Amino acid sequence: MTDQRSQAEIVRQSLKRRYRKERRFRLYGMTAIAIALLSLVVLFTDIIGKGYTGFIKTTMTLEVVLDGEQMYLDDASDKDQMSMADFQAPIITALQKHFPEVEERKDLRELSRLAGSYASNQIKDLLARQPELLGTTQTMEFLVHDTVSVYVKHADNPAYSIRLSEQQQRWVDELVEKGVVDTGFNDVFFSRGDSREPSNAGILGAIVGSLLTMVVTLVIAFPVGVAAAVYLEEFAPQNKFTDFIEVNINNLAAVPSIIFGLLGLAVFIGVFGLPRSVPVLGGLVLALMTLPTIIISSRAAIKSVPPSIREAAEGIGASKMQVVLHHVVPLAMPGMMTGSIIGMAQALGETAPLLLIGMVAFIVEIPDGFFSSATVLPVQIYLWASSAEQGFVELASAGIMILLSFMITMNALAIWLRKRLERRW
Amino acid sequence: MQTANLLPLILVIAVIAYGLSYMRSRAVAEPIGGIRNLKALPFYYAARAALWCAIPALIVLALWAGFEGKVIQNYVVASLPAELAPESDGQASLILSQINNVAAGKLDPQFVPPEVVGAADLLDALKQRSASFKATLVILLAVLGAAYAWTRVQPHINARENVERTLRWIFFVCAAVAVLTTVGIVFSVIFETFRFFGKVPITEFLFGTSWSPQTALRADQVGSDGAFGIIPLFTGTLLISAIALLVAVPVGLLSAVYLSEYATRPARAVIKPLLEMLAGVPTVVYGFFAALTVAPFIRDLAESIGLEASSQSALAAGLVMGVMIIPFVSSLSDDVINAVPQTLRDGSLALGATQSETMKNVIFPAALPGIMGGILLAASRAIGETMIVVMAAGLAANLTANPLDSVTTVTVQIVTLLTGDQEFDSAKTLAAFALGMMLFIVTLALNVVALKIVRKYREQYD
Repeated sequence: MTDQRSQAEIVRQSLKRRYRKERRFRLYGMTAIAIALLSLVVLFTDIIGKGYTGFIKTTMTLEVVLDGEQMYLDDASDKDQMSMADFQAPIITALQKHFPEVEERKDLRELSRLAGSYASNQIKDLLARQPELLGTTQTMEFLVHDTVSVYVKHADNPAYSIRLSEQQQRWVDELVEKGVVDTGFNDVFFSRGDSREPSNAGILGAIVGSLLTMVVTLVIAFPVGVAAAVYLEEFAPQNKFTDFIEVNINNLAAVPSIIFGLLGLAVFIGVFGLPRSVPVLGGLVLALMTLPTIIISSRAAIKSVPPSIREAAEGIGASKMQVVLHHVVPLAMPGMMTGSIIGMAQALGETAPLLLIGMVAFIVEIPDGFFSSATVLPVQIYLWASSAEQGFVELASAGIMILLSFMITMNALAIWLRKRLERRW
Repeated sequence: MQTANLLPLILVIAVIAYGLSYMRSRAVAEPIGGIRNLKALPFYYAARAALWCAIPALIVLALWAGFEGKVIQNYVVASLPAELAPESDGQASLILSQINNVAAGKLDPQFVPPEVVGAADLLDALKQRSASFKATLVILLAVLGAAYAWTRVQPHINARENVERTLRWIFFVCAAVAVLTTVGIVFSVIFETFRFFGKVPITEFLFGTSWSPQTALRADQVGSDGAFGIIPLFTGTLLISAIALLVAVPVGLLSAVYLSEYATRPARAVIKPLLEMLAGVPTVVYGFFAALTVAPFIRDLAESIGLEASSQSALAAGLVMGVMIIPFVSSLSDDVINAVPQTLRDGSLALGATQSETMKNVIFPAALPGIMGGILLAASRAIGETMIVVMAAGLAANLTANPLDSVTTVTVQIVTLLTGDQEFDSAKTLAAFALGMMLFIVTLALNVVALKIVRKYREQYD
């Protein structure tokens, strides 16, 4: 009796400690989840914080006198003259109007550096299009130089002003006050390809490149993946070769993506002689990479079609192929599509294999076909992130936001499809 | 005619073949009392015609397009006069690119020897001839196939069986693509690897402790040999992966435990997708985050407590990689924890154990093999991960265990060696393939072992 009581006593005494342990264990779990979620939050806020300025452009509106004498130009329709003319001069003059006190050559040069390097091209293009404008005064909007843009966008942070001289900073401050330098929505970013100058670089080229690449990937991976899944689930005999195929698929799903880049380099470029850095090549490599994902999810979808459907179809005399093509595949289609969209979203974000097959080239033009050199969104982000200039860093994070929004849209579409079309049997 | 234009053309011919055969099958059915007296439905006769038309044409087209570039190139190189004939592969690629550029009009013919211009003309002519041959052959095949199938639209022939058998074959080929891919991977790395070992002895590669693949342009330059010892790369890879696993395993495992044992249903429904978002973020985004936010942060932090840290520390890359594989560990652990039979749990709880005691003493030991498998898979992920380390880890192959130092990894070196212009034959380029082969072997071994463990564990409770 006494013995038992003391046992109960021992248990009761230890209870407090054990409950404390229990609470501590729970706390560990919560901390782990908090760490994971916190990283997610930090990641997103960091990228948005760095990148929202990428959606802003800084422009400078100037009254430009298209003075032929100053530009050494008397006929704007003459190509030879146009190639020799000095289109920088009118910009300097226009800027000087705001700062009449600046006269020294050195200062003037500093002043002219406030305008972006493509400003003179803008005048040239205008004159090439409308030669009759020579001699008139035009109000034109120019992109400012990248350093100015960074300075204006981060006016409250002195760390971003180091690349402007104090005099330049004063000028910019004054121009901002006068409303000459202004910020607005960065339409350049959405309408151009890459550029050496951050303020002149856009992401459209990469978006189009990604789109073309994804089309190739989808056209190859979806039908092949579905067909492979149908074969393995419905037709494959139980033998060694079928096992071998299955082992291969499972292993391919776990092969590091960069290995697919080596495959592309050695086989598609080396053996078949496909050109480098074209969407067809990128699409092919990504298709091989996505294939296991699509096959695995398609098989799961086919498996979930109840046997009663098959039996009913066979019962009224359908052949095996008819059962599969008329009943099983259509019923499994939503599941297959969901898996494929998720696989495509992965492919859209994939970078490493594309680096090896030359999709890292600096490409200004927006690709116009499956065989024109192109880059894709994640590679463009990589390229911008690896250049030191502040202007490119914000473009990289803006690009990340666009990439992520594409991926979130695709995943949302997959979830919607699953909710909408998938039947529970 | 371009391959891209031939594809739609074949499609059009196939559609015409389909339509004509469909009409013919109805026509032959007419006198014998309608389509019910045919062996197969008109659709199958038509589909068979379309297949007969498209498949041979497409196969020939694919083969031709795949090899014409190579064949023409070799022919053109062989046609070069003896004094221009390339002595090495490097020279050959140089001359070839000259020829290509002249042919494409990118290079002014006056800058190159006349033989090259001649070769460029030859290249152009050959390309044109090849294109017209290809178009003729493919169209001929398509039309012949369609015509043959059209004549075979006869009531006693069971077209359905033909069509179904063909489809089965097509499905089989699609499934075999996975095998072909593996074969392709193995062969693409194996050949170059053997060529690499012809230049650099395998023992030096495996046991050398110095890695500096810069082979000099001139033979008399200092350090012209280059060193290809893989040890520093392996230790670098292991260091970063170890840091990643140190983050991912505890966090992932404890999250999985909390989610499966403690979290309420609504909390689980919210937290799980959020965790999985971490897995969906592209690696280039993590790389950006590691290189531009975490690495400077760690450097400043280390400096503030008086330590010296590289701005490309292994720690930054490892931490961020750890975050990336958290959802991987947690969802795999979640699966295995949920696979432990409820009876074990109930038994332990009924004996008066608390939930955490049940977890630690009953479920965890039971789930351990599965969890180990998951960790191995995560390790293989970490080893093969590229973008984070390319962007956040350094290029210098330091043999160090200091996480604040800069290290390089196998994947970083593959990317560095293979991006930019390169000749296909130098030890530098070939080294990348040897590294790729090592990477493939290691990750494959890890995956095979991990999958075996996981499967064995599943069978235990099924």
